[in-house]
Amino acid sequence: MYKYDDYDRKIVQERVAQFRGQTERFFDGTLGADEYLPLRLQNGLYVQRHAPMLRVAVPYGMLSSTQLRTLARVSRDYDKGYVHFTTRQNVQFNWPEIKDVPSILEELAEVEMHAIQTSGNCIRNTTTDQFAGVVEDEVLDPRPYCEIIRQWSTFHPEFAFLPRKFKIAVNSVPDVDRAAILVHDIGLQIIKNEAGEVGFKVFVGGGLGRTPVIGSEIKAFLPEKHLLTYLDAILRVYNLNGRRDNKYKARIKILVKAMTPSVFAEAVEKEWAHNKDSDATLTSAEIDRVKTFFVAPDYVSVSNAEHEAQLAANPEFANWVKRNVNTHKQDGYAIVTLTLKKTGTPPGDASDKQVEIIANLADKYSFGEVRVAHDQNIVLADVQQARLYELWQEAKLAGFATANLGMLTDMICCPGGDFCGLANAKSIPVAEQIQLRFDDLDYLYDLGELELNISGCMNACGHHHIGNIGILGVDKRGEEFYQVSLGGDSGKNAAIGKILGPSFARNDMPDVIEKIINVFVENRHDDELFIDTYRRIGMDLFKERVYAKAD
Amino acid sequence: MPKLIKNATIIDNEWLTLEKDATIDAVTGKALLPLALYLENAAALSDNSNVGVWIDSDERADALEPHLNNIAVIAINFPKFVDGRGYSIARILRDQLGYQGELRAIGDVLHDQMFYLKRCGFDAFAVREDTATEAALAGLSDFSNSYQCAVDEPKPMFRRRG
Repeated sequence: MYKYDDYDRKIVQERVAQFRGQTERFFDGTLGADEYLPLRLQNGLYVQRHAPMLRVAVPYGMLSSTQLRTLARVSRDYDKGYVHFTTRQNVQFNWPEIKDVPSILEELAEVEMHAIQTSGNCIRNTTTDQFAGVVEDEVLDPRPYCEIIRQWSTFHPEFAFLPRKFKIAVNSVPDVDRAAILVHDIGLQIIKNEAGEVGFKVFVGGGLGRTPVIGSEIKAFLPEKHLLTYLDAILRVYNLNGRRDNKYKARIKILVKAMTPSVFAEAVEKEWAHNKDSDATLTSAEIDRVKTFFVAPDYVSVSNAEHEAQLAANPEFANWVKRNVNTHKQDGYAIVTLTLKKTGTPPGDASDKQVEIIANLADKYSFGEVRVAHDQNIVLADVQQARLYELWQEAKLAGFATANLGMLTDMICCPGGDFCGLANAKSIPVAEQIQLRFDDLDYLYDLGELELNISGCMNACGHHHIGNIGILGVDKRGEEFYQVSLGGDSGKNAAIGKILGPSFARNDMPDVIEKIINVFVENRHDDELFIDTYRRIGMDLFKERVYAKAD
Repeated sequence: MPKLIKNATIIDNEWLTLEKDATIDAVTGKALLPLALYLENAAALSDNSNVGVWIDSDERADALEPHLNNIAVIAINFPKFVDGRGYSIARILRDQLGYQGELRAIGDVLHDQMFYLKRCGFDAFAVREDTATEAALAGLSDFSNSYQCAVDEPKPMFRRRG
């Protein structure tokens, strides 16, 4: 993974000093609360329902074991001893004190971490495929480009006060999109042209929130060296023209829709003409320099005979391998997902001890690195197949081996009304009720892959719009209700789910989900996935069943 | 007299910013004219070094292009410091229109925006009156280096990295 040099280190240290000064001025009254607010947000610090929340950047999801141990220690020393992994591959502390945050940031800076631009109306952490660099079918490793974007966006002087937050995601696999790039402000698809040159297909104006939109393609092939000048041009058009009078209409998706994608694309081209081929143009030396941080580790060749025997002898192990282990591009290696979705644990939460266990597993089995996945699980990307059995036993003991990856109970869920000041409703108890209802793993496997996503409010941190089943917490006269949508999809065929009908009380949710699943099971052809059945039969049968009056 | 940070020192701000509804007879001493008023009178004002122009965040600098060599001061207004349009307006003036004169940030200009403003081409800062000017001056050097190229540094770090 990327390692800081003296330049990177100094920038992060100077940021800590700057924020310490800002926080001191806030406490001595020379910096007003209104002025401190956007500054603390750009350092990841929110003030939430019960306490502040600090969001730490995990650039494109990559973490070293050393960084994991620091996160665990910080959670113990300054918080309640657990961390929360988010859907944008970041980490959150839910209970720090504002006065401690500069010291927390100082400790994080020592292990090359920061909270820069993890919140606020600026360019946020760039996200990508959690399997980047280890899957056969990707065009090339997207992480060097993510790091180049990270550096370009860090303290970009022109774009620190945008109309609204701005998120960029990169995908490099032709037929699969684990980074959900079509629901980002900018989505970059890495491609090669007919001459074999590397570039990007550029999408803009995707997003979730109140007005979910699928991004529009504005450039079919952007050569890699032009990446940063073209991004500058998009951001400048947005910064100058995006709405600032209404925060619900301030995202770039609203501007792109208002201008139409083709007119927006023309405005970007016009702006780009001024900057194209300037010194801001990427050099192949820089691309090559950053690529040196993402070379394959020293893979070794080991016999798989024992692994095959273990698979044959232990069905529970074989099942975990089938569900939670993905194919690696290197023979003899495997990609393991440790699930943080054990029933009774809020999705994405891990205790300090668990984080340290993950760090140990990373050191022992996967070259000391992990990735945070957007479905709030943890990936060990480079595990020898011959050692999977041993890893499985350790992961099982630690509670990371629930074999439900991609299944109904592997849900995405925001912290919701238990923690978040924005939420209309709690989300974690709903997740838990559904997990309890569907606790039969064999039944879940029969149902096949199914994304269920829960958000506690319109801000859609739980990505409910793009869940095959989406649940949204709503407030009705001070009471918590839940609206259900069907047919969302985060992948290549990205789609926004349609609302089923009137919302439900929390205690009805397990029944509602069960009825939806029953309609699916009754109408399913062979091993059809939920999303395909829905696309074939439509909404009506689901609606009839769920809202049928009891006789 | 209100203070102005210019070329990294603190001086008196002798310039008066005229409101948008001001008329040309209101101009006395050193005055920053609203964009529309300046454009209406640009020909008559071309040699007047006591006259500058100010641009609001929802306006654009392009119409000033024919006059840029004659303008001593261009100010860009930040109605609220979270309104970041002025940064792009400044860069267009410096990078695309080639404006060489004084570029001044006015309005809700605070300590913590100084570094970004400087990078985008501002060389004068009329900080908000309740802002400690000395401390704001120090804000110009919050960071010793930057990744991106900008007006203050024509090469991005990747072309300078040793």
